[in-house]
Amino acid sequence: MANDHIDLTVEPGEVHALLGENGAGKSTLMNQLYGLLQPDEGEVLVDGEARTFRSPRDAIAAGIGMVHQHFMLVPVFTVAENIALGAEKTRAGFLDRRRARREVIDVSQRYGLPVDPDALVENLPVGAQQRVEIVKALTRDVDLLILDEPTAVLTPQETEELLTVMRGLCDAGKSIVFITHKLKEVKQIADRITVIRRGRTVGTASPETPEDELAALMVGRAVSLEVTKATAAPGREVLKISGLIVDDDRGIRAVDSVDLVVRAGEVLGIAGVQGNGQTELVEAVMGLREPLAGSITVDNEDLTSMTTKQILRSGIGYVPEDRSLDGVVKEFSVAENLVLDQYDRPPYGNAFRLNPAAVSTAAREWVEQFDIRTSSPDSPVSTLSGGNQQKVVVAREMSRPLRLFIAAQPTRGVDVGSIEFIHGRIVHERDVGTAVLVVSSELDEVVGLADRIAVMYRGRILAIVSPDTPREEIGLLMAGITDQPAAPAGDDAEGAGDDAEGDGVAEKGTK
Amino acid sequence: MTTDETAADAPAAPDKDKPDDQDSFLSHFLHNLWSANTVTVTVLSIVLALVIGAILIIVSDPKVLDTFSYFTARPADALNASWTVVSNAYADLFKGAIVDPAAVTAWADGSGTWRQVFFPISETLTYAAPLVFTGLSVALAFRGGLFNIGGQGQAVIGTVCAALAGFLLPLPPVVHLLAALCAGLLGGALWGFVPGILKARTGAHEVIVTIMLNYTANLFLGWLILQKGIQASGRSDAISEPVDSSAQLPAIGGELRVNVGILLAVLATAGVAWLLNRSAFGFELRAVGANPAAARTAGIGVGRTYTLLMVVAGGLAGLGGATQVLGTAHALTTQVAGTIGFDGLLVALLGRNRPWGTLLAALLFGALRAGGNRMQSFSSISLELVTVLQALIVIFIAAPALVKAIFHLRAARSARLGASMAKGW
Repeated sequence: MANDHIDLTVEPGEVHALLGENGAGKSTLMNQLYGLLQPDEGEVLVDGEARTFRSPRDAIAAGIGMVHQHFMLVPVFTVAENIALGAEKTRAGFLDRRRARREVIDVSQRYGLPVDPDALVENLPVGAQQRVEIVKALTRDVDLLILDEPTAVLTPQETEELLTVMRGLCDAGKSIVFITHKLKEVKQIADRITVIRRGRTVGTASPETPEDELAALMVGRAVSLEVTKATAAPGREVLKISGLIVDDDRGIRAVDSVDLVVRAGEVLGIAGVQGNGQTELVEAVMGLREPLAGSITVDNEDLTSMTTKQILRSGIGYVPEDRSLDGVVKEFSVAENLVLDQYDRPPYGNAFRLNPAAVSTAAREWVEQFDIRTSSPDSPVSTLSGGNQQKVVVAREMSRPLRLFIAAQPTRGVDVGSIEFIHGRIVHERDVGTAVLVVSSELDEVVGLADRIAVMYRGRILAIVSPDTPREEIGLLMAGITDQPAAPAGDDAEGAGDDAEGDGVAEKGTK
Repeated sequence: MTTDETAADAPAAPDKDKPDDQDSFLSHFLHNLWSANTVTVTVLSIVLALVIGAILIIVSDPKVLDTFSYFTARPADALNASWTVVSNAYADLFKGAIVDPAAVTAWADGSGTWRQVFFPISETLTYAAPLVFTGLSVALAFRGGLFNIGGQGQAVIGTVCAALAGFLLPLPPVVHLLAALCAGLLGGALWGFVPGILKARTGAHEVIVTIMLNYTANLFLGWLILQKGIQASGRSDAISEPVDSSAQLPAIGGELRVNVGILLAVLATAGVAWLLNRSAFGFELRAVGANPAAARTAGIGVGRTYTLLMVVAGGLAGLGGATQVLGTAHALTTQVAGTIGFDGLLVALLGRNRPWGTLLAALLFGALRAGGNRMQSFSSISLELVTVLQALIVIFIAAPALVKAIFHLRAARSARLGASMAKGW
């Protein structure tokens, strides 16, 4: 059961935040409101009138629109075409493109949502795609707009813009349900907050409620939101990357001459908006992507000539960013996933055979040690919640002696309770003298964990800053704007070049 | 209908290997309920296929159809005639596949021989043996995420290599047989290696490549058989020299056709079961099959796994071909491999891609084939009906929702509940 007798009332013109951990049932609830799922019990009242929604069409007709976490846009269509899709206006049997364009311009001006009706969606940055989704909902004359985790994919600046837009929509009389697990944004924008835990409403709060109180409501116990750690004691240089150039799958330069050093006993955080080359950088280090030039060494051993297996075996742990795609084999049991990269090594097995007894013993131990909530180590990993699946990956990669630990988006889609735990393990790994590289598009996470922050933008390291640097400054760097003509990365001319392009660059983005 | 029981055991068998240690009674029960469900679907699929087969038998018999013309006047006639023709047909199917009670009585009172008693089962096992190998080939490849349509071509090359080794190499008895089997294995493995390496290196889709290699293998066989030194001397038709008796699979039961091939098939099943569940390579291929991206990230060589997997799968199908030519055919003809490769696809599907399930599915198919022979000669019902039955079974297996809807089976809700209970904490 994902929803257990939930009551929710949204007033006209308010931003109602729906706060809850992953898997708490927020999206299930909203999918019922939007007609994608049917409730087993209970009813939905719109303006005091009971309605049943069999499909999103019914919901739209009742004035409810939704912007999904994963955008429902056709990449090769223009903005206007995407917006017209599903409600195509025709004239004499032909698609009336002119009218669709006019409608888009009309709505975008009325609500202050700048979108170019003729741009191809695939060329737009994520923030602009989201605006397209919002405009699409608004052209259907909705009164209630559901935004499902809208800020998960945005830069801090884009988030600010979105919040302004939301405020404007409310002033125009629209109601917004804002689904999120980010406390800061909730406090900033919401008029009322409903907290959901395990499918139940556990409370309604006002935005004045302190963050840790909200977090405690969400998780059901007190959690510490700050990462507590001692000052780092950096030692020898472990990972050295110099002049690294990597292309992405489409042959477009993703990593453009990057130099980085990670020392033993420190956490180097890479901040940056998703799609600025972080993925490719990490994949190149792990031997999953062939670099075009440059060198990657760990303790002076060249990694570029090694296979992924050899790299993993040489004392490097790797938590990939896309857990369900690269991290776990869903059909495999928890135990099998825990030895996914160690299965042919004693004691778990050898090149020919496995040793199920040893695997199961080790699995039991790690399930205990890493607090993995599962009914049994033999259950399929797909039956676990996202946070626990991530703990399986983290446990697998941390349960052997490491020299270097690389974690990409270590807490994406992970609930608050598990975030606390995973952060604690990462700091612990640093404290025992492992070099740690953390890549995250969550600025809070990077700032909390890192001892030094490298900001990556369009394949380059724009700057390496201390975590005490003001957020705004890091946020600007993430958008490619450097104030100082001399970027600490050491390429003055390039830094100035980026500066000149300024906002235009940020708007185009990469993905 | 004993055939039902054979198949019913199919999906349940692999579960026996799993250690059911310290599992709570509840999870044990849920687990059994789930597997009971696959069993149920399989059994019901076979029942449904037999029902539809019965309709076909009735419709295709003119005499029975005649009784239907005055159905409203005397319905008993039509029903009796239908019952007789259907029950006779299925009785012959059973007698031809498992055992004929008349032969048992005859043996008991001394007028018959033991040979007649065991003849049906011998036929079933003879037909089943090659299917076990090709079924395992498809099932194994499938577990690794590859759709091996090329079992036919690999089996054909297996027959060619085994037969050539069988009549060209002058070797002493046991060694000769082993050499011929190895030749079949290697030939199939080579035919599997090609799509494997192409998939690994270039991403060429194995379905396309293996289909093309099926044609290649068949045409190669057709050409080879007519060459000097290969074609049987003094023959003008397409048949090769016979395999030396030293290279033939020895019969188990004296004059019966059943041979050591079926024992090899059981060994191969055990081997594949071990390979899948207990070996490092099995772990790799299952990981690659379920999620190649995660396997690659965990350092498993995906391309290497694909190649090796196709080599093993090809080798198994090649052994199937070798069993066919060394065990029953004893000489190459253009149709020596029959359709064992394609039937392997169905067998693997019926066996749910599990080794022991595949073995049992192959036995069922062998039984249908053996019983079909008797049905054809005694009840004069075309052997094609057996093919129709096999196809129907597979269709129902492939569409479990259909079977569940027809019989109003309750979905295994409790099992799903167990899964979701573990999810939220």
